[in-house]
Amino acid sequence: MIPQDSFIIVAKIDPVQLDKLRSLLKTMTFADRTGMADPDNPLVRFRDFDEIHFARFVVLADNTLNDRAHYPQLPSREPFYLCFMVDCDGSADELLARMAQRPDGLRTIFGHCEEFGQTTDLLGWLRAHRVKPAASYVNWVGRSVGQVREEARLHDLLRAALSGIEKSEPQKILVRLRQSIMLPEPLKPAPPTPLSWRIRNVAHLLLPFVVALVCLALFPIITIVLLGVGSVLFVIALRWHEQTDPFVDQPYDANRVAELRGGEDHDVTNQYTAMGSIKPGRFRLWTEVAILYGINWVARHIFTRGSLARIGTIHFAHWVFLDQGRRAFFCSNYDGGHEAYMDDFINKAGFGLNLSFSSGIGYPTTDWLLARGAWLEQEFKRFQRRHQIPTDVWYKAYPGLTAHDLARNSRIRNGFEKAAMSDDEIRRWLAEI
Amino acid sequence: MTARETNMRREIDATDIQAIARTAFGSHKSARYVLLRVVQPSAARQWLRGLTPTSLAKMSLKELPPEISQIAFTAEGLRALGIKDTILQQFSPEFVDGIANNDNRSRRLGDTGANAPTNWRWGVGEKEAHILLMLFSTVEQIKALTDRMLDQALAAGLSKVDILSDSDMDNTEPFGFRDGISQPTFDWDRPRIPGTKADQDYTNLLALGELLLGYRNEYGLLTDRPLLAASEKNVDILPKDLTDHGDLGLNGSYLVYRQLAQDVAGFWRWVAGEAARSGITKEQQAESMVGRKLDGSPLPDLPVGRSIPGVDERYSGRNDFLFDTDPDGLSCPVGAHIRRANPRTGDVPGGRKGPLDSLLTILGLTTRRDRRPTSSTLPWRRNTTVWPFIRSEDDAVASARFHRILRRGREYGSKPDPDLGHDPAIPAPETGIHFLCLNANIARQFEFVQGAWIASAKFAALAGEQDPLLGNREPFPTNPIADPQPTDGFTRPGAPPHCRHASGLPQFVRVRGGAYFFLPGLAALRWIASD
Repeated sequence: MIPQDSFIIVAKIDPVQLDKLRSLLKTMTFADRTGMADPDNPLVRFRDFDEIHFARFVVLADNTLNDRAHYPQLPSREPFYLCFMVDCDGSADELLARMAQRPDGLRTIFGHCEEFGQTTDLLGWLRAHRVKPAASYVNWVGRSVGQVREEARLHDLLRAALSGIEKSEPQKILVRLRQSIMLPEPLKPAPPTPLSWRIRNVAHLLLPFVVALVCLALFPIITIVLLGVGSVLFVIALRWHEQTDPFVDQPYDANRVAELRGGEDHDVTNQYTAMGSIKPGRFRLWTEVAILYGINWVARHIFTRGSLARIGTIHFAHWVFLDQGRRAFFCSNYDGGHEAYMDDFINKAGFGLNLSFSSGIGYPTTDWLLARGAWLEQEFKRFQRRHQIPTDVWYKAYPGLTAHDLARNSRIRNGFEKAAMSDDEIRRWLAEI
Repeated sequence: MTARETNMRREIDATDIQAIARTAFGSHKSARYVLLRVVQPSAARQWLRGLTPTSLAKMSLKELPPEISQIAFTAEGLRALGIKDTILQQFSPEFVDGIANNDNRSRRLGDTGANAPTNWRWGVGEKEAHILLMLFSTVEQIKALTDRMLDQALAAGLSKVDILSDSDMDNTEPFGFRDGISQPTFDWDRPRIPGTKADQDYTNLLALGELLLGYRNEYGLLTDRPLLAASEKNVDILPKDLTDHGDLGLNGSYLVYRQLAQDVAGFWRWVAGEAARSGITKEQQAESMVGRKLDGSPLPDLPVGRSIPGVDERYSGRNDFLFDTDPDGLSCPVGAHIRRANPRTGDVPGGRKGPLDSLLTILGLTTRRDRRPTSSTLPWRRNTTVWPFIRSEDDAVASARFHRILRRGREYGSKPDPDLGHDPAIPAPETGIHFLCLNANIARQFEFVQGAWIASAKFAALAGEQDPLLGNREPFPTNPIADPQPTDGFTRPGAPPHCRHASGLPQFVRVRGGAYFFLPGLAALRWIASD
């Protein structure tokens, strides 16, 4: 299989160039489809890069810095950043190098950033501005863009062929279906998984256990005492913070929501970008770091086949720290409308929202880190809309297809390639088509 | 304004609630929907002060008064009556926006193509209503009542947008199906505590706050509503909330009105053609699309007699069924109208579970080996979800209790005889439904049901099919985002010998007008009408 990777470039925008940059990014999108990238736009021709699943350019313009009035120890101003995020098949670094071979568009775009001049080495500069996400999620590890596209084509052909086939015995239908399908090119078998990726993945899987075992083996008493005392102290600190964190009103801004809505529901999938400040102090930051490590670990090793806990509508998602942990941003690509996404999240995985976002200033009050918070439904919804920022340019390689579509098409392909099926299996397979 | 949690049970003041919240006035066989615009605010307010909408308290009488009026306002209407922007902005954002004034909303609700608001008969621009006056009476008396009420309104300087009539089709909608069987039951006596383990199963009993503002909703919270500071004018008219603000929303609700024209001849023509192609009767085809038989009973093979909170004996055999025994839609297609409008799902897939499974479910896992015949038990492991993971497709639609509406619609036009030959050259007289529903949170209830369940071509992991009755069949997405993708399919998994996919469904239902209204409590009405 081809594992997925991502790169996230974050660079400070030259403040005087901010408006020009926004206008420039607008030229990469379709005129009456706010934020939807034209795959053939001359600046970054996404269509030419077959390994890109999703990509976005977004000006990280924080809407909520005023909330820091409750925390005088935090600076009242922060820079604007330009974020360029790509989810891809194979090595993201290699993709970045290939994209940098067409430097003109990227130079024009990043020319609006600080410390970027006409003579700057583009690739080196991009690599230097790459940030590592604290946590990432991939809907289905190993499903490549090429596979998505050929399986979608197969489904279309099978569906069209099936409507022209008369009722008969399942085996006969199967034979006739297979005969009538003329694929423009044969389905490509999954290439072998790169060994280096496998090794790194296993290492990542084992790391927490190895660390735990080493600690327990070498310093058993210290480890146990530290863990025990640490847990107690953590809970005390957590409850103290939860009960004393200032309440920050999250008003609803109709104009802002209207602007965000303008970029939504042009496709069956939508983009989401949100940012905000993390509550100051080591407790909240370290808690957040630990939680995101946990989310990243379960996303990488457990939820690799179509759903994150109960949420089956997210294609890719990233959690990223900014400004030495003073701020963070979150990006996702999800199926369905915004309201449905939030309802789904609150009702199925509200605890997950609380875990991953409750360190943010203004987040609805949680109980014991897991309870309340997102379940304060309307307050949470206002919070997240207020922290959301418009995604200036958003690209998806397979418009019209949801994560459920992709999974179903893969199942159909499996049946199509299977040498023999029983009558019952054929019936079930036909129902999927 | 923050939602405040409260476990207090507020005493219900039946004299403050418009009766439509609890009754459809079924004994009043005729209705008129009078759409008005305010021209002179002070004269209009004076006219409002003379109105006496029927309250819930009248329901304790032996029979309802022979003439009933109910009243509701759009955001534009409240603005025209002189309500300040700062107060108006505290209403639900969807209500303040209006149903037809935002392209994104139109895309989500399926109001594109022939359904686009620009094609509506009423609801946009000069035809946007300010006030909806609903009148109910007998067939003989309704005209006199309407004339009298309209004369008074016109005399107060209001202008008429339209008067829409219903017609009594004996609880059958124009396509010929028995209608109005499935309705949520609201917890008027309020013993319900939402969010307990019992809600892992489907419940038809909902917290009163899903219907009326000022009461706990299904999250155990009070839905956002306008609360007026003591300094606002005439605030003493209003009841007080717990924080001593004037509670403008209390006992009010949001009323969604959509006039839906139904192409009855076109529906039965297509159904007959499809039935012939797949070798069943046209009734069977139509019933599979609706999800009920013509007489309103559930489709065969769905076990009835299930115990569901909020479904009482009156509905035994008609509403005491679930879809959990039919995950693949073999008895009732997953895309059937009633399954979209209310998927009857609890908070977790498969309903109530033991403690271990409850915990695992949160993580999307289960101890139950899936033995039902679906693709998840197909013999290949690659590219399929395998135990112990819950198939995400099986969990695509959950927690129906947050997405229910109380329907108050009535039919209109003349019911055509589907068996009569119909010359397509002569346009049939228009018939359809005045779809009215009540809810406390337009975004989470009406818009969610309409957008994510009815209009979406991806409902419950389906592909390329909208509601078989209500879909607008507009391809989505369209160029330049993608080559137009059809949404005009309908899948009948139970069709022997294998699943039947129909395509090319025409549009059967067209939106002719619509608006979001606020149905105030009667004290709130007095406040709105005050000078």
